[in-house]
Amino acid sequence: MTLAQFLVLSAALFSIGIYGVLIRRNAVLVLLSVELMLAAVNINFVAFGRYFADSTAGGQVFALFVVTVAAAEVGIGLAIVLLIFRNRASANIDELDVLKW
Amino acid sequence: MDLGVAQNWFFLVIGLVMVAASLVVVTSRNVMHAALMLVATLGGSAALFVLLGAEFVAGVVVLVYIGAVIVLFLFGVMITRVEIGRGSSLDHANPWPAAAIAIATFAVLAGSAVAFFGDAEVDGVAAVRTSDIGTSIFDRFVVPFEVVSFVLLAALIGSIVLARKDPES
Repeated sequence: MTLAQFLVLSAALFSIGIYGVLIRRNAVLVLLSVELMLAAVNINFVAFGRYFADSTAGGQVFALFVVTVAAAEVGIGLAIVLLIFRNRASANIDELDVLKW
Repeated sequence: MDLGVAQNWFFLVIGLVMVAASLVVVTSRNVMHAALMLVATLGGSAALFVLLGAEFVAGVVVLVYIGAVIVLFLFGVMITRVEIGRGSSLDHANPWPAAAIAIATFAVLAGSAVAFFGDAEVDGVAAVRTSDIGTSIFDRFVVPFEVVSFVLLAALIGSIVLARKDPES
C-alpha cells in the first residue's frame, strides 16, 4: 500500500464534503457533509501516522481527538438547528437572514 | 498501486464503496438515505483504519460515529421535519459553482499528494499497539487530552442549555 492512495481517497471524500456543504440548503444535511470532511481528515491522520511511524502514535491520538471534537460539534450544531427550527419553523440556511441588512 | 497484493484489492473495494456512498450523501433527495449512507462511508473509514493497523481508532469510530452521532442525526432529521423524498428544495438551484470548487480542491489535494509522496510505502512498519496509544495520551498528549475533555463538557452543557425550553415563556 502506498501513502498516496490513502491521500487521494481522502482528498476525494473531502471534496465531496465541500460540494455537499455548498450545495445543500438544509442545515442537517450541511452537518452531514461536514462529518464527511472530518472522516477524510481522520484517514489522513492515521495514514500519515503509519507512514512517519513516530514513537508517540501521534496520528492515531489526534484522530481520536478529531472524533471527540466532531461529536461535540454535532451536539451543539443539532441543538442550534433545533432552536432555529423552533423559532422560524424552517431549517433552511438560506432563510436565516435576520442578521443580514 | 500494485494489484498483486491482497491489501490493495481490499483498499480498492473499500475506497469505491466509500466514494459511492459519500456521493449519495451529498446528492440524495431522501434525508434518511443520506444519513444511512454516511454510515457506509464511516464504516469504510473504520475498515481502512484496520487496514492501516489502527484497530483502536477503528473501534472508536464505530462506537462513537456509527453508534452515537448517526442516532443523533436521525433524531435531528425527525425533529426538524426535513422534507423526506420530496422535490428539489433540499438543494440550491445551481450546482455548478459548488461542483467546480469541489473538483478544483480535489485536483490540488490529490495532485500535490501524488507529486510529493509518489510511491512512498506504508507497509513494513510495525503497527501501533493500543497500550502505546494509552501511554501516549496520558504522557505526551495529556494537555490536549484535558483540553478536549473540557471542550466536550462545554458542548454537553451548551447543547442542553440551547435545546431546553425557557420555563417562563
